[in-house]
Amino acid sequence: MRREAHSKLMKQINEGNFVFTGELEPVKTTKLDEVIEGARILKDHVVAINITDNPTAFGYMNALVPSYMIQREAGVEAVYQMTTRDRNRLGLISDVLAAGALGIKNILALTGDHTTVGDTPQAKPVFDLDSATFVYMLRKMMDEGVDLNNNQIEDPPKFSIGIAAAPNADPLEPELLKIKRKVDLGIDFIQTQCVYSAEQAQNFLEAASFLKTPILIGIAPFKSISMMDWMIKFVPGIKVPKEIEEILRKAKKIGGKQAVYEANVEIFGEMLKEIRKTTTAAGIHTMAIGFEWIVPKIIERAGL
Amino acid sequence: MIIVKRKPLEEILEMTKDFKKLLILGCDGCASIIQVGGERQARILKLLLEMGQKIKGNGKLKAQAISILRQCDRQIATSSLDPIIAEYDAVVSLSCGVGVQTIADLYKGKLIIPAINTHFLGMHDTKAEKFYEMCLACGDCLLFETGGVCPLTRCAKSLLNGPCGGQASGKCEVGGWQNDCAWVLIYNRLKARNQLDLFGKFRMPRDYRVSGHPRELGGEKENEEGKT
Repeated sequence: MRREAHSKLMKQINEGNFVFTGELEPVKTTKLDEVIEGARILKDHVVAINITDNPTAFGYMNALVPSYMIQREAGVEAVYQMTTRDRNRLGLISDVLAAGALGIKNILALTGDHTTVGDTPQAKPVFDLDSATFVYMLRKMMDEGVDLNNNQIEDPPKFSIGIAAAPNADPLEPELLKIKRKVDLGIDFIQTQCVYSAEQAQNFLEAASFLKTPILIGIAPFKSISMMDWMIKFVPGIKVPKEIEEILRKAKKIGGKQAVYEANVEIFGEMLKEIRKTTTAAGIHTMAIGFEWIVPKIIERAGL
Repeated sequence: MIIVKRKPLEEILEMTKDFKKLLILGCDGCASIIQVGGERQARILKLLLEMGQKIKGNGKLKAQAISILRQCDRQIATSSLDPIIAEYDAVVSLSCGVGVQTIADLYKGKLIIPAINTHFLGMHDTKAEKFYEMCLACGDCLLFETGGVCPLTRCAKSLLNGPCGGQASGKCEVGGWQNDCAWVLIYNRLKARNQLDLFGKFRMPRDYRVSGHPRELGGEKENEEGKT
């Protein structure tokens, strides 16, 4: 079922445009300059930008404020990421209403990484809802204009709802069945964790085709070799082909940082081109935290 | 059963240093089965405390070690302890938190010192080397539809609609990829039984009032379905 699109992002997807989205990470700061600057860099190249919510359980600035600010200051639509890790259902309702009041158009409903993998591992994990029950609550709020206990909401919010998927999950079937639950509840789009080859994207898109839901394929270029090593070691489901690893390591050795950037543009530009040509992806979600400027270069290299 | 572990000796010595006549009270229930709090362990603790206090120069401690069938049973506890408890300055309990509190409630004037930390409701592996948490006592069992694996207890996020993205090859990112992902276990069990429809079922947000502290049970009139 295709629902009415409440965001520019969903309108473009529904119109069949191949879309690009970006991602920005408000960090442990009270400054908004960097996020707004990042949004300005991405603005002309993406239709919307995700603002992360305490990613990998690091205690950062609340994602709602930068989501609002990039819309107001940079004029680019936000995808407000919300995890169920740090707030119970009361806290989630509050923030969803606040997001509606501030004109947020997209919510990415996430469970969130466990507290123990973050920078404050002693914290009590909440997980009152999970991403599925959160989607259920969002739909109730939007479609019926009530909260989980059927209390009326004055002027209910309207969002397009996205969820995350792990394209390299092993085993994959429970992952797909989990996504199916949320598709049945009513979501608008799926955004995947990063893939490192068109083949990984293709395999997942084929396996997930029964979901009949637009899927944005996630890509995350490597800012540095140490970041690549960290991702391979700590991020579940990351499968970096040996070939890519070697090209980047060689680039670093020969030409340093600049050569790594250039190799990234080459590798990911080619990958995007391939994904665009050979798969049914609805678009690409780019995650280039701290070097957003590389996104336009990759898109340009892909000829898209 | 209730899985417990003895506190470090240093901590027990510190809690008991002001007492000269102690009753070291073992429990033949769960704590004894896993060989942490039975009669033998009570006798060992008695010796360790007497020696320890002597070494620390805290004077001569006179302790007596006994064990009772269940510290959490009021009747058993009173019939065993009523005749003797007046002789002691304090009681060192080798029972779970329920046992300690039952004895403390029965003898309000007496200090009951816990010698044990209560960890969880669990079972041990085939070699009895390791214990695993199995039940949160949530008050709303869903094991029927999850292949006999409790996701509330065995999923680090207590997800009702898992798995999350934090599993790889069936292992959980919490605890460094050592523990099984509960939702992959559930998937495998249900798949083997041709019950994947149960896996795909959406589970509604839980009513946490059912497991809100402090809980009480009984005393009310129950109707025919057993519900109050």
